[in-house]
Amino acid sequence: MSGELHDWATPRVSPVRLRPREITLRERAFDRASPLRSLDWVLLLAVGALVSVGGLLIWSATREHQIALGLAPDAFLKKHVINAFLGLCLGIGAALIDYRSLRAYAPIVYGASCLGLLAVLSPLGSTINGAHSWIVLPAGFQIQPSEFAKLAIVVGMAMLLGEKRDGEDTPRDSDVLQVLGLCAVPMVLIMAQPDFGTTMVFIFVILGVLSVAGAPARWVAGLLLAGVLAGAFVAPHVLKDYQLDRFRVVANPTAKLGGAGYNVHQAIVANGSGGLMGKGLFHGSQTQGRFIPEQQTDFVFTVAGEELGLVGAGGIILALGLVLWRGLRIATLATDPFGRLVAAGVVSWFAFQSFVNIGMTLGIMPVTGLPLPFVSYGGSSMFANLMAIGLLQNVHMRSHEL
Amino acid sequence: MTDRSRLRIVVLRVVVVSILMTLFGRLAYLQVAEGATYRRDAAQNRIRDVITPASRGQILDDKGRALVTNRTALVVSVTRSILQTQKHHGAQELAALAKIVGIPVADISRQITPCVYKDPKGKKVAPIPGCWNGSPYQPVPIASYASDKPAEVSRVLAISEHQEDFPGVKAEYQAVREYPNGSLAAHVLGYLGPLNDTDLTQSKYKNLAPGTQIGRTGVEDVYDDRLRGTDGVQKLLVDKDSTVKGTVGATDPKAGDNLVLSIDAGVQKVAEKALADGIAQARHTTDRNRGSHYAAPGGAAIVVEVNTGRVVAMASNPTYDPTAFVGGISSAAYASLSDAPGHPLISNAVQGLYAPGSTFKIVSTSAAVKAGYPLTPRIYSCPGSFQGKRNFEGESFATLDFRETLIRSCDTVYYKLAFEQWQKDGGRTGVAHPNEWFPKEARIWGFGKKTGIDLPDERSGLITDRAYKLAFWKKNKANYCKGAKRRGNPTYIASLAPGARPNNAYLQQVDSEFCADGYALNGGDAMNFAIGQGDVLITPLQEAMAYSALVNGGILYTPQLAKGFVSADGLTTSTLPPKVAGHVDTSPQEQAVRAYIKDALGGVTHPPGTAKGSFAGFPFDKLTVGGKTGTADVNNKAPTSWFASFAPVDKPKYVTIVMVPEAGTGGTTAAPIARKIWDGIFGLEGQKAQLASTPTSLPVVRNDGTIAPPGTKVVRPVPTVSPSSGPRALGAVPGLEWAEPARRSRIVAGRLG
Repeated sequence: MSGELHDWATPRVSPVRLRPREITLRERAFDRASPLRSLDWVLLLAVGALVSVGGLLIWSATREHQIALGLAPDAFLKKHVINAFLGLCLGIGAALIDYRSLRAYAPIVYGASCLGLLAVLSPLGSTINGAHSWIVLPAGFQIQPSEFAKLAIVVGMAMLLGEKRDGEDTPRDSDVLQVLGLCAVPMVLIMAQPDFGTTMVFIFVILGVLSVAGAPARWVAGLLLAGVLAGAFVAPHVLKDYQLDRFRVVANPTAKLGGAGYNVHQAIVANGSGGLMGKGLFHGSQTQGRFIPEQQTDFVFTVAGEELGLVGAGGIILALGLVLWRGLRIATLATDPFGRLVAAGVVSWFAFQSFVNIGMTLGIMPVTGLPLPFVSYGGSSMFANLMAIGLLQNVHMRSHEL
Repeated sequence: MTDRSRLRIVVLRVVVVSILMTLFGRLAYLQVAEGATYRRDAAQNRIRDVITPASRGQILDDKGRALVTNRTALVVSVTRSILQTQKHHGAQELAALAKIVGIPVADISRQITPCVYKDPKGKKVAPIPGCWNGSPYQPVPIASYASDKPAEVSRVLAISEHQEDFPGVKAEYQAVREYPNGSLAAHVLGYLGPLNDTDLTQSKYKNLAPGTQIGRTGVEDVYDDRLRGTDGVQKLLVDKDSTVKGTVGATDPKAGDNLVLSIDAGVQKVAEKALADGIAQARHTTDRNRGSHYAAPGGAAIVVEVNTGRVVAMASNPTYDPTAFVGGISSAAYASLSDAPGHPLISNAVQGLYAPGSTFKIVSTSAAVKAGYPLTPRIYSCPGSFQGKRNFEGESFATLDFRETLIRSCDTVYYKLAFEQWQKDGGRTGVAHPNEWFPKEARIWGFGKKTGIDLPDERSGLITDRAYKLAFWKKNKANYCKGAKRRGNPTYIASLAPGARPNNAYLQQVDSEFCADGYALNGGDAMNFAIGQGDVLITPLQEAMAYSALVNGGILYTPQLAKGFVSADGLTTSTLPPKVAGHVDTSPQEQAVRAYIKDALGGVTHPPGTAKGSFAGFPFDKLTVGGKTGTADVNNKAPTSWFASFAPVDKPKYVTIVMVPEAGTGGTTAAPIARKIWDGIFGLEGQKAQLASTPTSLPVVRNDGTIAPPGTKVVRPVPTVSPSSGPRALGAVPGLEWAEPARRSRIVAGRLG
């Protein structure tokens, strides 16, 4: 905590107080200028709710199978809690870090992410569930560098576009090109994995940050067009057959129930059969019968859909809405372009990733390996997500002070 | 913040709100609007019906000998419509399947390609040889494996174990039919085939899954529901790997009843062999009128019990082995069976129509008496011809009574009577209420309508009278009159063989005659009718029932093959009583007429009777046989050879009918066959007696499930636990009853949808 920011240390005396006394820690903590009071509590509660519900859903999805395997039924739940706790620590770190030093860290984070992505492509990388996105560490830990790369490009772009030069408010063409160059490196590495979903998140985040940064409309429109064209013409040549199948399944979900359509069909059946109130936690037949693969990670939303019904699954959408709303509010209230762009980037990231993840379980988006933020099981994504929330809080606290 | 940035954030906000609303809308749509559908899907996902097929009842002969039994086989079937939804129309799955079953991919695709289907552009594709004749939505059996071959079975069961890799392919145990006697009584027994979607519209197949084996013809078809039993269904809770996690409920399979036929396997064998031998003999006999051997393309032989109408033997030649249908028959194999010379799949006994020839004279004699001609005085002259119609081979005798007329089978006597009656009835055009004694009598004896035997697709035959001719004329007049004006009736021309089509002027002449008075009954038609020729067609079975009525006191029975049912455990039996279809006039004078005819026919097998040669040296001291020969002329072909017989003459037990088309006189071919059958039934002339007495009760099921002959004493164990049947719930909360992990097992066999 650097000196010029912590004016909360200044004692404030209540008018009704008759005599001055020592200021207690408690009073300091709840002081108007204290970081606890300047936190965005709504955001924090929404995230906390999502993480907690995620734990229940992961538990429900894995419990039965763990028992069948003779393993601890709550192993995944415990790991989720640990991930959340570690993520919380990282998030607090991100919230409390100094802006200036963040700028200093940004190149390091960016460089580390690129190195990590390179390592994935090297013999160090390994394939889990068909995605070559992982680095397996000793003691059963795995890292998915692409999750951290999302964070890196958000901060990196905010840094490039957020520094006012020559009093200009809007990025020049050269700034835009710089940003594109910055993002190109990790994107190419991620495409090489291949991880089409994360690439699409990148494109959406770039669009979000550039447009909020005030980039000329021609850039925004051009990028949007380029993205659509890439999806329509390039993807069929670059993507592997199984990836294309996932798109075809969205067009015709009943075809090929034995192949790519199977997952989507089972997911839709799980969601659809939940009804208004759901079948009750631990009582979903699709979930307990393990008809949906990767249910604790990519398809975790179907557990909510089936067991908690429209009320529970709708609640998750609502909570995600709260997170995004607070994120946009933070972007609006941000006092400097850097904070605003970080917030815009994080919102774009979560918005797109949530849409793709939930959309695929509802049969309106292709199946990609994108987890549902805060809810899905998985350490790397949890860490990256909570660090992003930490950054949002950081921006929020800074705008609160001024 | 610039205005542009502010605006962009607003846009981003709109995007976010749209995204969330899209997701929520879709979620609500799936869960609320479509919820019921998905709840049903989810339930089906979890509950697998494992069908325990009920074992189909055996078909037994009167003494409990098995005519049809069961064995278990693993049958692999492919549903083309499901396969088509796969990538490259399931090419990969087919290749994998081909490797497992060892049949080339090309052969499998040919077998499962429907004969009638349209290509993607909607154009009809010509059927390829060996195509599937059923629905494309139905599993096509492509291979079957005997369950006693473990190596093959375990290889094929890989399909069930990796069901997800084989969409549209099923490998399941099925009980298949076994025919211990090969082709014996094939036309009676019938065969099984898979249920197709046309059958599903019939109420008797309600609740059956497509592809279920059902009786396709014969008693297998008629008594399908009794034989089939009820499949057991186990409702299992499973996860996606088909790991069983519990049972929701189960019904036990209920085995089908055993069907006991009145057919006696011994007599049936004798009849089939005698018929086949007689036909073979005819094919080596020279037809003096043509100078070539008789064609004798087939024939029929029937033995019925005269006092019950039960069928003891029913042979049709040529025949087939129903084993060909076990585990599925390819269209090519089916076509080769159904198009083979003599049409082996058709039963000549109930589906063949023939002119009865002189065997019909029992009807004509009875009619003549009703028309006022006395039986006994020798007042009937038998000239060599009458009205230009020759007696058989031009024979002539002085004056005869009816006894001699029947024994010698004098046609001209009947010609004269029929001609007189035709004149009385008003000649060609007829009076208002003609007597028509002859066709009327034919109908009284059961001709012209189905006997009602327990076999499908029986034919009713044809008895032509004036009303029939008028109706036929009215129906076809327009066509003929058109033909009279122009070029001849096209349907008539088409009915003729290409080489036999006369010139157009002649056809026009024929048409104009029919157009003018096609309803008229010519004298020649009436005369022909009286000797069982021309416009009279019957089935051999109708003949058998008429002759039974002749000798049993005038009772027309409905012929029956089924004698009764014995449940699989043998505890319940039911006997089908004889069914009376009607009576030929039972007045004392008519009884006397029939007794006279019967007595006269007793003389046919002795000199100077028409069957004297065929029965020369027959041990009449042991068995008296009466009968009537028939030699029915057929256009351009050798005559149909008939012999209708009964024995013993004084108190007849059985009627035996033999019919061989294109085989000469009744005495040449049919009567010797009948003689061999009589030998076999009663054990004469060195034969073993197959049916000296008819079993009075049904066969018995022993405690071990095997079948014992009628009358065997079986001591039943006292049941300790009352047998449970019907649905039983195994879980307090259906759908939520979970088995212990240790009890979980993988399903490898059985029907997993």
